[in-house]
Amino acid sequence: MRLRLLPKHIFGLKLVIHLSALLPLVFTFYQAISDQLGADPVEDLLHFTGISAFNLLLISLMVSPLAKTFKTAALIRVRRVLGLYAFAYALIHFLVYIFFELQLEWQLLISEIIKRPYITVGFVALLILSVMAITSTKKSQIKLGRKWQSLHNLVYLSAILIALHYIWSVKSDMVQPIIYWIALFILLYFRLNKIKSIFIKKRLA
Amino acid sequence: MLIKTPKKSEIKESLVTDESVYNDRRRILKSLGFIGAAALATSPSSQAFNLFGSDDDDVFETAPLQYSQADKYKTEETLTPEKKIISHNNFYEFGTSKSDPVENAQEFKVNPWTLSIEGLVENPITLGYEDLTKAFALEERIYRLRCVEAWSMVIPWIGFSLASVIKKANPLSKAKYVAFETVYDPKQMPGQRNRFVGGGINYPYKEGLRLDEALHPLAFLSVGLYGKTLPPQNGAPIRLVVPWKYGFKSIKSIVKIRLTDKKPPVTWNILAPNEYGFYANVNPAVSHPRWSQARERRLTTGGLLTRNRIETQLFNGYDEVADLYAGMDLRKNF
Ligand code: HEM
Repeated sequence: MRLRLLPKHIFGLKLVIHLSALLPLVFTFYQAISDQLGADPVEDLLHFTGISAFNLLLISLMVSPLAKTFKTAALIRVRRVLGLYAFAYALIHFLVYIFFELQLEWQLLISEIIKRPYITVGFVALLILSVMAITSTKKSQIKLGRKWQSLHNLVYLSAILIALHYIWSVKSDMVQPIIYWIALFILLYFRLNKIKSIFIKKRLA
Repeated sequence: MLIKTPKKSEIKESLVTDESVYNDRRRILKSLGFIGAAALATSPSSQAFNLFGSDDDDVFETAPLQYSQADKYKTEETLTPEKKIISHNNFYEFGTSKSDPVENAQEFKVNPWTLSIEGLVENPITLGYEDLTKAFALEERIYRLRCVEAWSMVIPWIGFSLASVIKKANPLSKAKYVAFETVYDPKQMPGQRNRFVGGGINYPYKEGLRLDEALHPLAFLSVGLYGKTLPPQNGAPIRLVVPWKYGFKSIKSIVKIRLTDKKPPVTWNILAPNEYGFYANVNPAVSHPRWSQARERRLTTGGLLTRNRIETQLFNGYDEVADLYAGMDLRKNF
């Protein structure tokens, strides 16, 4: 099947992405600040930003399988904005943790990142997303040449770390994290060959 | 936009599906933010975008209580508003997220109820629904509640001391522990009916105390809060309150209090023995394997920007219980 996407379709799609990423963010923070978000706004915000970041990342990983299936290369043009929003949500998630959960106890922040495995993997995932966001411009892409692709292949590692972060963070209710693991496996399965080649190249090098 | 009005012949699905199955399905759907609403951002609370929110607005009816107020249990600390106390609950029998119990428990039936005090006692007792608020003189006690998840509230409970009930049953000298059990009623409790809703716990929920802990004057059985009987999400019609221990020790909707000579198995310890001990005394020096317990976020009024992080105190500030643990290594017996 072939889907024709015109520039105006891509524009519309991007508009939808901007609105659906930004409006809930503004609305939820407004509720949290005005004490309308339930008894513990910090917990709600951590969950909201964490799950949204993961959702966005998974959606961005759906783009290229979809583009291939529908033979519409133009679709790839929404991938960057999805990835950047995933990063933005993840960064806000981290900032909520620092400002509102730990309330700027810097020493504790450092010891938690070192001591608690679920925080450690979350932090590494965030570092990967940051590097990818910084190098997401056309300019970086040209400058880095072939290294750019290897660098951005780290997204798979980052997604796995986030799934780990998620399942380690819950107390006993594993259902939802497991569903995310399954979704992630399906998305990685589409790229089995590519992922295999990453490892094989490594071994040869 | 296409708006579809159902024809008479299209029976609503809720009419043909058993209602509880239908509601379970909605609950599961709702918890899957990812599938629901192709959502980027699923609403974290029922107030945000109420896509699958409850459409029945029946609220459980609470009744005013007669009680005295002992000066000993008053406090200068700011109370947590009632609205927050009754909408932010860990009660996995009604779902694992904090807003599930208030949404799913409103139709819970507490009358008739039987609470039995049994086991190694001379004089077993059964209390019916009316007895819970009439058999013992009720008093109000304002206690801090510290959740193991590092948040806390200040709550005006109404009830009577646990010791008064246990003494009435007259424990045998062999009795060393007290085991508690929540009602098992899968028809009314979606989390007991369906593992996907109840967080993988083997119900009924069980708790326990050493007998001397249970006889400590601070240990309390609560039948009400803020002057009225308890709503179901807070453990109606009767629940334990042990203010120097993490919240999960304060078992809800109790049907059985059993005196035994052996340490009883307790739910969270069975589930994750390295994270939750039998004692579960509030202790800032012993961190949970996944987070620090040194401080807590006190939930009172004010939104996100209130600076509500305070030091956690040993035994949640109730130093008078320290003698119970003299000579014990609280790191080992966490
Ligand atoms: C240093 C970095 C990070 C820190 C300190 C951090 C911290 C936290 C904390 C404290 C929780 C809440 C645990 C709880 O109380 O239930 C959480 C949950 C979560 N985080 Fe992170 N996180 C980090 C990075 C990330 C990243 C990069 C992502 C995704 C892009 C992410 C996604 C999630 C998800 C999906 C949850 C579960 C939310 C839920 O239970 O609904 N986190 N994180």
